[in-house]
Amino acid sequence: MLNFSQLLLENYRDAPDKTALTVLLSGKPDQPITYTDLIRGAAAWDAAYTRAGVLPGEVVILILQHGFDLIYAYWGAILHGAIPSIMPFLTEKLQPERYRSDLASLISITRPECLVTYREFASEARAAVPDGSSVRVVMLSEDVDISITPDLAAPGGLERAPESIVLLQHSSGTTGLQKGVALSHQAVLNQLRTYAKTLHLVDSDVVVSWLPLYHDMGLIAGFLMPILLRIPLVLLSPFDWVRAPYRLMQAVTHYKGTLSWLPNFAYNFCAQKIRDRDLQGVDLSSWRVISNCSEPMRYASHQAFYERFKAYGLKESALCTCYAMAENVFAVTQGGLDAPVMVDEIDRDAMQSQKLAKPAEEGNASVKMLSAGIPISNTQVKIVDERHRDVGDRTIGEVALHSDCMLTEYYHRPDATAKAFTRGWFLTGDYGYKVGDQVYVAGRKKEMIIVGGKNVYPMDLEELAMQVKGVHPGRVVAFGVFNETVGTEEVVIVAEVETRSQEERERIADEIRQTVTRGSAIALRHVLLVEPRWLIKTSSGKNARMANKDKYLKQIAKENDI
Amino acid sequence: MHDEIVQQLSAQIATAILKQPGKTLKPDQPLISSGLIDSFSLVDLALFVEDTFGVHLDDAELNSDTFDTLDQLAALIESRQ
Repeated sequence: MLNFSQLLLENYRDAPDKTALTVLLSGKPDQPITYTDLIRGAAAWDAAYTRAGVLPGEVVILILQHGFDLIYAYWGAILHGAIPSIMPFLTEKLQPERYRSDLASLISITRPECLVTYREFASEARAAVPDGSSVRVVMLSEDVDISITPDLAAPGGLERAPESIVLLQHSSGTTGLQKGVALSHQAVLNQLRTYAKTLHLVDSDVVVSWLPLYHDMGLIAGFLMPILLRIPLVLLSPFDWVRAPYRLMQAVTHYKGTLSWLPNFAYNFCAQKIRDRDLQGVDLSSWRVISNCSEPMRYASHQAFYERFKAYGLKESALCTCYAMAENVFAVTQGGLDAPVMVDEIDRDAMQSQKLAKPAEEGNASVKMLSAGIPISNTQVKIVDERHRDVGDRTIGEVALHSDCMLTEYYHRPDATAKAFTRGWFLTGDYGYKVGDQVYVAGRKKEMIIVGGKNVYPMDLEELAMQVKGVHPGRVVAFGVFNETVGTEEVVIVAEVETRSQEERERIADEIRQTVTRGSAIALRHVLLVEPRWLIKTSSGKNARMANKDKYLKQIAKENDI
Repeated sequence: MHDEIVQQLSAQIATAILKQPGKTLKPDQPLISSGLIDSFSLVDLALFVEDTFGVHLDDAELNSDTFDTLDQLAALIESRQ
């Protein structure tokens, strides 16, 4: 069993001139990075961590934009034997105070020893570090010279035990940042070896990704897996892709890309927003596995994507599905590799009221479920009821996992770690059902909204809305509603307000939108202001959110009928 | 001319992006840096500008350094017409 550093150095020794990844940034020429370049950059960072007094086993939080610094600082931390974790960089719309408080909440639980950022952002980062905190060093990327000849004598990373923690993964917002998924070398490598077999990875494969590296899909499938397994990676920037989604198609064409991972909304986004003129010369026939992953998967999204791009060589067989989570490193199941993705048309009422996935009968309202595929070979999946007893096929319950690639723990959160496991099985917080080996994901028990692949927590959004004058604590709820056109969930906030003044109500609604947008990873559009006592109160916040979502949807449906 | 462009842009953004058709945006109101127009909507705005005014905005221009307000965007459109 090797560790990350041993594997990286082996790649460098065996294939020094092979291109590990090619970085595509708007307005700049494509920049290939060989394993030699990667090792040099990483070794320069390793030396910098040593000079800064960072020790192996200590946590390094990287607050850097998508690009070369982030790539080298990440691998440098690995080579050094430190534990890297990427914090999304401050976006323009996010309020600095909010970002600082998110960072402070990450620091308070994770207790990192080192932060890495740019000179320009250093004072902001330092402001988030309270007196007496764990952070000893704030390193600046400008101070690291990667052009020097590195000393590869004995980086600390070579000494790391396979069962030691190699990296941390967080999702966004206060809640997400306080729950870091800690993964060991062994767990990640077990996942990569198994997943590579599932995907039938071969030397001629090329991964093309525009995904952010702070998210598990981008980090594991679109960064660590190709680099460690010596599969060339073409890395675009999420900022460029969202402004010019055709860049993905052009990159697949130019580099003969074979594998990509996309959140469901990206299928709709690409199908709707790319012009023919940007597809001139595009040839997608090399694309063999495009995995829909990280948010609810829709049959209609696959169809729209296929219809739009089949004229450009897209194969229908390339449309795959994947159910993944950071707690299992990444993939849990994969569909569409050896057989087309199964589509299960089930009765809608039985699904909602009886928790049964009954095959739909003629004339009844139905839902087309896309199978997430079958578990990858090292992972067992079962469906359990509320008392954690196994249920049979076609009964909807909670998805539970057992594998050799599970998280070690939620970092410094023994409470959350203990709660997540029952008799050795990890409870995912997702609802699903099985038909034979096929796994279908059918909703969420955990309190999370997934917007365009980003996880946000309703309590964080409610906290933000409560800051607005005229909104009272406990009288606001946030929930997600799936938008079929966009292919993802959208956040809705319902708040009780007392004032009847139209002008004042508009101010409140606008301020809620603005405060939530500038304080979170999402852009809030839908705000409904209601009179006092509209909201249904229950003992748990979760039930209140579900009850009020139902009430909201009924009200909207009624308004649309009129 | 300028005011007309501003008005057309305002109506489009309010309806298609903000989903608040009745809303009027101020010509000097920050749009991108405030998060009012999120990154997922920038492509829509560029497509609208191209279809309506025949002016192409490159994706590298879809940021608040190039334009952040309706006034600035309208001026950019006028300079290219």
